[in-house]
Amino acid sequence: MANPLQLEVNGKRYMVKYPGDTPLLYVLRDELGLTGTKYGCGEGQCGACTVLLGGAPRRSCQIPVSAAADRPVTTIEGLEQNGKLHPVQQAFLEAGAFQCAYCTTGMIMSSVGLLKTNPNPSPADIVQGLQGNMCRCGTHPRIMEAVLNAAKASRESGR
Amino acid sequence: MIERADKFVPEPERFEFSENPIHRFELARRDFFHLLGAGIAIFTSATHTFAGQETAPQSKGFHPEELPTDISAWLHISEDGIVTGFTGKAEIGQNIRTSLAQTIADELRVPFESVRMVTADTTLTPFDAGTFGSRSTPSMTPEFRRVAVAARELLVAEAAKKWNVAPTGLVAADGKVTDPVSHNSASYGELAQGKTLAQVLPADDPTTPATQWTVAGKEIPKVGARAFVTGAHQYTPDMRLPGMLHGKVLRPPSFGATIVVYDDSAAKAKPGVTLVRDGDFVGAAAPTVHEAQKALDAVKVKWKEVPQISNGEIFTYLKQNGAAGSDKHPIKEGSLQEGYAGAAHRLDATYTVEYIAHAPLEPRAALAQWKDGKLTVWTGTQRPFANRDELAATFHVPESSVRVIVPDMGSAYGGKHTSDAALEAARLARAAGRPVKVVWTREEEFTWAYFRPAGVIEVKSAIDSDGKLTAWEFDNYHSGKSGIETPYVVANQRVEYHAVPLVLRSGSYRGLAATANHFARETHMDALARAVEIDPLAFRVKNLSDARMRAVLEAAAKSFDWPRKKTTDGQGFGLAAGNEKGSYVATCVEIAVDAKGEVKVVRVVEAFECGAIVNPDGLRNQVVGAIIQGLGAALFEAIQFENGRIQNPHFASYRVPRFRDIPEIEAILLDRKDIVPAGAGETPIMAIAPAIGNAIFDATGKRLNILPLVPKGVET
Repeated sequence: MANPLQLEVNGKRYMVKYPGDTPLLYVLRDELGLTGTKYGCGEGQCGACTVLLGGAPRRSCQIPVSAAADRPVTTIEGLEQNGKLHPVQQAFLEAGAFQCAYCTTGMIMSSVGLLKTNPNPSPADIVQGLQGNMCRCGTHPRIMEAVLNAAKASRESGR
Repeated sequence: MIERADKFVPEPERFEFSENPIHRFELARRDFFHLLGAGIAIFTSATHTFAGQETAPQSKGFHPEELPTDISAWLHISEDGIVTGFTGKAEIGQNIRTSLAQTIADELRVPFESVRMVTADTTLTPFDAGTFGSRSTPSMTPEFRRVAVAARELLVAEAAKKWNVAPTGLVAADGKVTDPVSHNSASYGELAQGKTLAQVLPADDPTTPATQWTVAGKEIPKVGARAFVTGAHQYTPDMRLPGMLHGKVLRPPSFGATIVVYDDSAAKAKPGVTLVRDGDFVGAAAPTVHEAQKALDAVKVKWKEVPQISNGEIFTYLKQNGAAGSDKHPIKEGSLQEGYAGAAHRLDATYTVEYIAHAPLEPRAALAQWKDGKLTVWTGTQRPFANRDELAATFHVPESSVRVIVPDMGSAYGGKHTSDAALEAARLARAAGRPVKVVWTREEEFTWAYFRPAGVIEVKSAIDSDGKLTAWEFDNYHSGKSGIETPYVVANQRVEYHAVPLVLRSGSYRGLAATANHFARETHMDALARAVEIDPLAFRVKNLSDARMRAVLEAAAKSFDWPRKKTTDGQGFGLAAGNEKGSYVATCVEIAVDAKGEVKVVRVVEAFECGAIVNPDGLRNQVVGAIIQGLGAALFEAIQFENGRIQNPHFASYRVPRFRDIPEIEAILLDRKDIVPAGAGETPIMAIAPAIGNAIFDATGKRLNILPLVPKGVET
């Protein structure tokens, strides 16, 4: 078994014993039980496994767990604060921006990452920012709407 | 009209994986109340016609004998007034957990929040053939209305007994029964107190017409939506059980390959690994996915492969191998000879469609647990009862020893009818003596699932000098029969399906063959209109007698402002329409072709009508989603295969629509309150591909008779 690695996920520290080249996704899901981060392709193509690594959206299926040891990881489970949804989660909820919803958590994480660097995105910026996230049910227009609404709400609430 | 296929004959609807249902009602009354607590339970039996409203035309290609004729829905009212509806249908993103609860709340006269749904669990829910064919709404909506009416009447009778008055005059509303005379009032929960009252009702009392719906017909948000935005919802791949192992399966290098040399001594030496070889099945279960994969990597195996047909030769193969007379019910009307004799213009063309993949984002997955000889499997399938039967047959246990539960699923689109992952997980779990979860990789999903079949369609046609169809011949090789019948009026016609032995594993897809048949027909109609210089909309209307089809065409055209004049280079407009499974669609499209031949879909206006709308919000999601999914199949989706291998089993090489591909979309929903609701999962996908193809012709003068239309742009 590999040497223990220290991870910081959603503000909590964990010691995990996994080979360093194991994708972060599997450690999050199978070891830490954080299954809100989804497996969609394992190839960095669909965005379902998106987490924030040091605040930036990354495909956790493409990140070796050893590379995540030095930066804080935020998963979908870390967005809600004291029972209050993150503005992006709230906006997705209000827009009904999902059908089967399997892509939803990855969409939300990519959107949160986008709004961190661009709090006032144009529709074209959102298209660019979410191009790597697939929604196979075809809910894209509502997702666009949700992200625009979330940006507005975030600016207003200063979060 | 197409006649019904004979029982047990898998053709022509092979791709619906249809089979005869097994009727049963296993759950004893005692068990039922043991599970649910005391209260009132209502069961319906036998399928009934739905009185008081126009019945949607018998959906083509779906055979009534496939539907269960025994218990099909039930409902329980607990002592605390919670209403639970039970259906064997699965929630796959089509939103039935919400829309069926709306229907129950509406008819039972209870607040929406007091209704919950138990779905797709072979122990708890009634038998169901499967969640496919746009059947959830048309079959379950009337059933739950009937069951709710019966429940309401039973509650009124209980109240009458309690107050010693006649039931007539008592009012059931807002979750309680009230006597307007004495002002007595009792909630449904109070009336259910201490009762274990079960009733099977053949009731045929009139249900509430759509014009008087109060909960149904409203935009109620998706039930449980919060769990989807927090990640709390557990799809099958997210589940785990104490002591659970992860399973992996060794896949052959090509389809149909068999093992000739096998040595697993190194793999078996690995600690904590259970290795199974059973014929050509080789799988491993281990504490982590990584360890299971390592074990498989250590298996030494040589395969014997068999030569197979490849992409390049598929259409020739399909055309040459269509079995004569395989369509038991071809359409033959009038005299083609006469139709051609009086023709002013003739047009023949051949259309082809490639194999495509469903690519649901949640891959096939299953978690299996054996306990005391009984098997429980959680799996994302559209056919839980068929999965159960396959599991029982495979492991030689009675069906009563197998329970299949379907957690709300990460979509399917017709791609999850089979029980592959369930069988694999159950096999490994039995060997390991511990629960095992199998989650397919994306590559496995693209390779070992099944495809929407490829097809060749030949159309021969003639019109008179007035632009009316006089002859129509339509031959579909392999892709299927759904949507094969033309909605246009033509006195002389022959429409026939030709079965071909499977090349790649093939099955259902959203709309089945209706995507292929509509593509061929609506492209051909456009070509005919252009050939005689009649506006494509006017040409269609001229050849139609179906008022519902005309209504969607006119609604889409009006909002699109058809016919439009081109204002820029490369601009093109196209339209297409169709009907299937009791619903109607018309789609207008604007595209732009750039100097490099790249096609951009700019705007889509689609009108859709499926009878009375149960939930406009959910319906709009389905319609817009179908348009977007249809864009992929129209423009660029195609499975490449070579000698038994899939060449593009990744999202990097199998392109699906992404944000950049999404046009401006307007969905017009026509609400026909006088018509029983039909399903909406499939028909809205049918017209987008021909509409885009017709727009490409409008823009470039190039007629494309292939799907996908422009995987590499329009070649000039």
